[in-house]
Amino acid sequence: MTDDMDIVLTINGRRHALRTEARRILADVIREDCGLTGTHLGCEHGICGACTVILDGEPVRSCLMFAVQADGREIRTVEGLAANGSLHPLQTAFMEHHGLQCGFCTPGFLMLAASILERDPEIGDDDLLDALSSNLCRCTGYANIVKAVRAAAASMRGR
Amino acid sequence: MKPASFAYHVPKSLDEALTVLAEVAPQDGRILAGGQSLVPAMAFRLARPAHLVDINRVRELGRLAVEGDELVIGALVRHAAFHKSAAPGPLGSLLSTVVRHIAHYPIRTRGTFCGSLAHADPASEWCVVAAALDAALIARSTRGMRRIAAADYFKGVMATALESDEILVEARLPLLPSDTRVGFYEFNRRAGDFAMAMAVVAYRVEKGVIAAPHVGIGGVESRPRRVVEAERALAGQTPGRAAFDKAAEALAAAIDPIEDAQTDAVYRRELARAVTRRALEHAAA
Repeated sequence: MTDDMDIVLTINGRRHALRTEARRILADVIREDCGLTGTHLGCEHGICGACTVILDGEPVRSCLMFAVQADGREIRTVEGLAANGSLHPLQTAFMEHHGLQCGFCTPGFLMLAASILERDPEIGDDDLLDALSSNLCRCTGYANIVKAVRAAAASMRGR
Repeated sequence: MKPASFAYHVPKSLDEALTVLAEVAPQDGRILAGGQSLVPAMAFRLARPAHLVDINRVRELGRLAVEGDELVIGALVRHAAFHKSAAPGPLGSLLSTVVRHIAHYPIRTRGTFCGSLAHADPASEWCVVAAALDAALIARSTRGMRRIAAADYFKGVMATALESDEILVEARLPLLPSDTRVGFYEFNRRAGDFAMAMAVVAYRVEKGVIAAPHVGIGGVESRPRRVVEAERALAGQTPGRAAFDKAAEALAAAIDPIEDAQTDAVYRRELARAVTRRALEHAAA
């Protein structure tokens, strides 16, 4: 039992050893201590989904976890999507289908969509809509986000 | 929007967790499981526990298994575990229907079944399932173990029979005979929102008439419960519109709806009637 704790987070394959207060949420530590500001904080109480990251393969709200709880675990953020200088198919599809306007919610949607398609590459339209309903976007009206994720799913299956 | 300071404890075994909790419970120590309700409450500073006992590293609490005629759900079993059928027969299919109404998938990967029961929000889906099916709740502390019947467990809005030094280590749901008809219906304004009313029903059909009916209502009163008046209206009747309407009517007359800024008692009573009828229709379909 102590207030400050030494923890190790593995983010996008890179090890971050750091010391933090237990009260700090994972999203803040990812942004402020690890310098990965792609993960956005909207509502800070689990409603908007902008802070969605992938923890040990599953999508989670990084505003609803303390960073100390992620000690020793694998995290993926939006910075880890592009590989070898090429955008992830989801990122390309969001550009092509105008799946973003202001872009604030985009990192959360990308990580949510990546985890959905990794779990179920053949996901049907109803299940996809249900899954995407977990995040909020105040610009697009969602139609183009859904279109982009469908297009990315098709291109990922084709590869 | 940032949680206040607390002392963080990460026990690795149940014994250690119980010992730590016994020590810190009198100083406002709380259990942290999935954290999907507690952490936002802390962010708003509606909750400011001085100690958190994080049970996420207590492996023995992750058990999800059928034992005898019960499904045993350990304290660390996440909501998402119920997307696949977790139990044979109608119980598994009921749970996998209900889970899709609990918030959204990224919440379900963290939030736990037992955590919902410990939190006891009147709008919790798992709480009405536990009440409707007569679950048994297993509480442990350094003082020993208790088995609490669901009917004695829910005490009011976010109030349960648990003592502050007790951990809800397991929920036990009775398996349902394979010919049991089960139904669920929830009303809310947006996908993933808190239920404004929901019903869980289960019954069997013997010689063409309803036997052993269970009707549970949630999100309507301060706590979820079985409504015996609705069950009496169903028992011995032929399953169908007439019996379902009568049961929904009996339920609406028997309840004491809670009110909030958007929903008065009259409207919530109507919702309760509607969700009961639809849950019964779902069971019959």
